[in-house]
Amino acid sequence: MSDIVIHAQNLSKQYTIGTLRRRGMSLGDHLEERLKFLFPRRVGAQPRTDTIWALKDVSFDIKRGEAVGVIGRNGAGKSTLLKILARIVTPTTGRAELYGRPGSLLEVGTGFHPELTGRDNIYLSGAILGMKKQEVSRKFDEIVAFSEIEQFLETPVKRYSSGMYVRLAFAVAAHLETEILLVDEVLAVGDGAFQAKCLSKMASTVAEGRTVFFVSHNLEAVQSLCPRALLVRQGQVAVDGTAQEAVQEYLTYLTATSSSAFAENPERSGNGKVRLTGVRIVTTSSLATTNLVAGDPAVFEFTYENPVGAESCRLAFTIFNQLGIAATNCDTTIANGALHRLSESGTFRCVIPNLPLPIGQYRLAATLESEGHISDSVPNALVFNVASSTFFPSGRSPQMRYCSCMVLHQWEHEPV
Amino acid sequence: MRGVVLEGSSTEEDSIIPMPGINLDGAPHREPLIIIEPSDRLRAHLQELWNYRELWYFFAWRDIKVRYKQTVIGASWAIIQPVLTMIVFTVIFGRLADVPSEGVPYPIFAFTALLPWQFFATSLVRAVTSVVASSALITKVYFPRLLLPFSAPACGTVDFSIAFTILLAMMVWFGIEPTWRILTVPLFFLAAAVTAVAAGLWLSALNAKYRDIGLALPFVVQVWMFASPVAYPVSLLKGDWRLLYSLNPMVGIIEGFRWAILGRRHLDVALLVPAAILILALFAGGLVYFRRVERTLPDVI
Repeated sequence: MSDIVIHAQNLSKQYTIGTLRRRGMSLGDHLEERLKFLFPRRVGAQPRTDTIWALKDVSFDIKRGEAVGVIGRNGAGKSTLLKILARIVTPTTGRAELYGRPGSLLEVGTGFHPELTGRDNIYLSGAILGMKKQEVSRKFDEIVAFSEIEQFLETPVKRYSSGMYVRLAFAVAAHLETEILLVDEVLAVGDGAFQAKCLSKMASTVAEGRTVFFVSHNLEAVQSLCPRALLVRQGQVAVDGTAQEAVQEYLTYLTATSSSAFAENPERSGNGKVRLTGVRIVTTSSLATTNLVAGDPAVFEFTYENPVGAESCRLAFTIFNQLGIAATNCDTTIANGALHRLSESGTFRCVIPNLPLPIGQYRLAATLESEGHISDSVPNALVFNVASSTFFPSGRSPQMRYCSCMVLHQWEHEPV
Repeated sequence: MRGVVLEGSSTEEDSIIPMPGINLDGAPHREPLIIIEPSDRLRAHLQELWNYRELWYFFAWRDIKVRYKQTVIGASWAIIQPVLTMIVFTVIFGRLADVPSEGVPYPIFAFTALLPWQFFATSLVRAVTSVVASSALITKVYFPRLLLPFSAPACGTVDFSIAFTILLAMMVWFGIEPTWRILTVPLFFLAAAVTAVAAGLWLSALNAKYRDIGLALPFVVQVWMFASPVAYPVSLLKGDWRLLYSLNPMVGIIEGFRWAILGRRHLDVALLVPAAILILALFAGGLVYFRRVERTLPDVI
């Protein structure tokens, strides 16, 4: 309790849904809105709820040098919380006290100007993130070295490849030396090697004793970087404990709510031409279950509806393990081409003869594509367990830390 | 322990030995660096603006650097624009309409007014559109939003300086001798900048919510120019009209320019005072209004 740097007390944020919809509305729209009272409402029309609480009574304390992860579904309020602490949006009620200079990284490349050179953008972006010119000058060489773009320093960034752009942008952000660092998902960019570099930079930030507040969907990153995590659910802190506890509770929560994955799922996206209506896993006994046995056959069944009569589609799903790592991916175009002759509704089946997943908890994300466009994408379509294994004769499975998918193999020994 | 209050168990509280620097609420006793609340204080706000003065410089620097990127003739545009306008005005108003020019050659009469006018007009447009143009920044990072309209006039300053050398050359050409009055030019220049920012404070905040402002702006600027003595002398207006006319701050500023450069006999103070009061009122009101809207900007933009 001795050294608190963030003290949040009953933070709440209310949004008027009307206001959200009124983005960039014109004066005419506004007048119309104002004059609506002149006209009687349609009989039987539902009075609509006008406000939502994106965040409600959130309180917590964060000590100096703590790394705290924030997890939760999209729309749960984690970004709103971050934006309040970053002073981008103001809370409707409540109060937070920061005992240190905050720096926020909500996006990679904030304030970059495409016409300016890499060198100019380092200074500009640094200033926008809150660094002093002197500070940027002092770290200039370090930033350039980290970004690996030395020879393009005098080139306008609009000529950069997206990889170079991201590397330079992150390099500037990574050298922001504020006492409190508020980070949102910036690690979701760049190639694998660069992501690893970013993660290790974050880890060293934590090791330096700075306070990190890290919002992410990457459960593995949260678990490896942050000893503590908050699970945000419907605008409230549902769990404030170890990262392990929060992730466990999050996955359990996903399991409990995955039945609604297809009804009103705020994370669902796509043009809706072909839509998934359900996912289930069927085992040998042809019963639907969410407790699977590794090594046994598993059939993933996707029911769909096709209201506009699309001809063909592509279906792909990815299975993520409880660490947030993609364990495997099944894609019609990779395994056997697109699915043709769709009817008005039906079922796609994907048969996995011997399930190679190690024991643990999994999440399935499915994407349907028709005519080259994503028509339905459900990131949390289903959560299931692999409870036991017959994959290896021993009945055991490797630990998830070392293995995302099991490979059949045999050992031989040849003594000299 | 916070939030758990057991009825009658006062010993619980008594047994806590207060540690130095900590109150029982769990918050440290020292002063927080930043307080996040539904409403903020004006003093903290202005202090913050001062802390971020370097960013003001960077915004200005960016705008100046980017202005003539990827053009063939670059900064020559700063000369071409007022010179071409002057030529058009000279032909149409000077020759065809035979507008009087108070005893100085019409080209330099028009050019002297075009300089502050174009500086004002570009600064105004930049200030008004500054907030919407930076919506990506506003939703992603914190900085005092006031810096956006405040940094708008910086860009025009460079254009103004370049075009001013042309004005000096024209003075030599037309044989107009500079007097001590030319030293007052920065004053009127500053007044033009403040006017642009003052109007920009109101309109940029409004534009964030109602894009109508941005659409109406080119028309407003055009009308404003004809309501200012750019192409004609103030002396064309007589009697009661002059008071109404003097409410346009640009009237006094442009007249001031002509007075400073062309050496006209006297400067009509009756034109300056109402304008000065109006500008300051507009500026102060704009600050308050902008600050009010600022807090909801990410939600409405």
